[in-house]
Amino acid sequence: MELVVSLAIGVLTGSGVWLLLRSRTFQVIIGLSLLSYAVNLFIFSTGGLRTGAAAILEKGQEGSLAQFADPLPQALVLTAIVIGFATTALLLVVLLAARGLTGTDHVDGRERDR
Amino acid sequence: MGWMDHLVAAPVLVPMMAGAAMILAGDRWRGAVVALGLLSTVLLVATAGWLLMLADAPQVQIYRLGDWPVTFGIVLVHDRVSALMLALVAVLGLSAFVFSLARWDRAGAHFHPLFQFQLMGLNGAFLTGDLFNLFVFFEVMLAASYGLALHGSGTARVRAGMHYIVVNLVASLLFLIGVSVVYGISGTLNLADLAARMRDVAAADRALLEAGLAVMGVAFLVKAAIWPLGFWLPATYAAATGPAAAILSILSKVGAYAVLRVWMLLFGGEGGDSAGFGGPVILAGGLLTIAFGSIAVLATQNLSRLAGASVLISSGTLLAAIGAGQVAVTGGALFYLASSVLALAALFLLIELVERGRDPGADVLAVTREIFGTGDEEDGADAPEAAGVAIPAIVAVLGLGFMACTLLLAGLPPLSGFLAKFAMLAPLLGPADASIAVSRWVLVTAFILSGLATLVAMVRVGIDAFWASPPATVPRVSLLELAPVGLLIGLSVALTVAAAPVMDYMQAAAASLHAPGAYLDGVLGGVRGARP
Repeated sequence: MELVVSLAIGVLTGSGVWLLLRSRTFQVIIGLSLLSYAVNLFIFSTGGLRTGAAAILEKGQEGSLAQFADPLPQALVLTAIVIGFATTALLLVVLLAARGLTGTDHVDGRERDR
Repeated sequence: MGWMDHLVAAPVLVPMMAGAAMILAGDRWRGAVVALGLLSTVLLVATAGWLLMLADAPQVQIYRLGDWPVTFGIVLVHDRVSALMLALVAVLGLSAFVFSLARWDRAGAHFHPLFQFQLMGLNGAFLTGDLFNLFVFFEVMLAASYGLALHGSGTARVRAGMHYIVVNLVASLLFLIGVSVVYGISGTLNLADLAARMRDVAAADRALLEAGLAVMGVAFLVKAAIWPLGFWLPATYAAATGPAAAILSILSKVGAYAVLRVWMLLFGGEGGDSAGFGGPVILAGGLLTIAFGSIAVLATQNLSRLAGASVLISSGTLLAAIGAGQVAVTGGALFYLASSVLALAALFLLIELVERGRDPGADVLAVTREIFGTGDEEDGADAPEAAGVAIPAIVAVLGLGFMACTLLLAGLPPLSGFLAKFAMLAPLLGPADASIAVSRWVLVTAFILSGLATLVAMVRVGIDAFWASPPATVPRVSLLELAPVGLLIGLSVALTVAAAPVMDYMQAAAASLHAPGAYLDGVLGGVRGARP
């Protein structure tokens, strides 16, 4: 379980960083989205990963961190998802505005001189 | 709990409610929106002033949101440093708001709600005592600042704004990674609780915790525009409209504030084995930022970019002074922060007024004329020009304001910029007999040389803008626009006149930052002693 999650985070981060460094605005925004997925998974995993466990508690169990995953990182993830979603949407609008105003989808607003 | 105790939450609540109401009112009832905005900003100034007076006491005030126990709920913490920052935000808010009324608030949709949310985010970031809540307020503040930076639209703004948004989104992701690592290791997000636990972190976990905090620190330093993470700043600030740039000038100080708060709390005296972690990096980064900012100031030919580069210098100076890690230097740095924020905001507003009367390419033309020369000079020499160039009254007033900003930013007497620089330099040099470490010499040199660079650059640009080539058309400036600039510069003068009590306040604030015991006791109260 740990291996799968960490591989997923690693691959998402790697692809995200690669795309972020590209020169087209669309690639940048996809890279940012991938990166934010990686970060969300990462936050989620800090609460502890367990397979086959009850959602909260088995019947008759005492509540302690050994029995259930820490819910606080899940709350953090929710907040992070909402904020990430909103800011990505805003960036999309800016991206479209930049495309319209500069006539190119290069991140600097002009093509590199060849 | 009387209603006065709830006043600590007012700097967040007032602009939030005002902003929400403004969205409902929409663009149809501009009068109502403006009245609401004026009410909110004036209330903020009153509250901030009141909180500033309350804060000048040894104990720290906290406000528990929803009355949850401290380590479970979110707390707002109100101490001297927070109160200082709140007061700066309130003053800048009022000035920029009044300035915007003359014309800029009509340059695009939703200026006023965005402005209120900007104030809310700033105030929240300065008040909160919780790491994740700090992230949330950072995002509120940034989201509003994206809107404000783009306000008025246009190619330059959208191009610079896109870089600004992408850089800050990446910084936010780094912040999240840092926060989650910190939570994973320490099990708390409350700053005071975290500071109390720093000593007991297991040796095996310490490196990971430090790494997490360092990642978070990078996010703060991006906001503070440290070299090499600050290339987005001059372009964005130069492209933003006057009032937006004025409020943005305190945005870069949020990064410095976060570093100051978190770093002093976690890696100060209570840090155990981690004490002093990362100090050299902040010092070196600050010095490099000063160097880069000085070069940028000298290289620029454009008034707005000059102001943007001055923000870099001011950020670098603050960070380097924080990195020096001395109580007296930090006190001086806080004074510098107040003085430079006021001066930068005034400068951004002034520049907007000056640029109004000038041709877009005038700055560049002036420099080329200097280098290559044109035929004008010979013609001019023949004409009897005993009277010189007549300078319109309004340009003279603006020129005086620009002069005051130059004195403030370069750190020349008699204004508060000089006192701030002096307050940082004097403790660095120390008593005459003590030997002085090399790093301090470098710091002293950097402070003085950056002042010189600012002076040279601003005098050059100023002579050109106000004396050598009077504006083609006299800028039309309304009283609404002059008053905020006057207020900001007047406050700088007040800082100079009342330097003794202000300096005492700053030194007390710095002392409490360096000895966070009172902060911990204030926030954790009984919880701290009770923990096994």
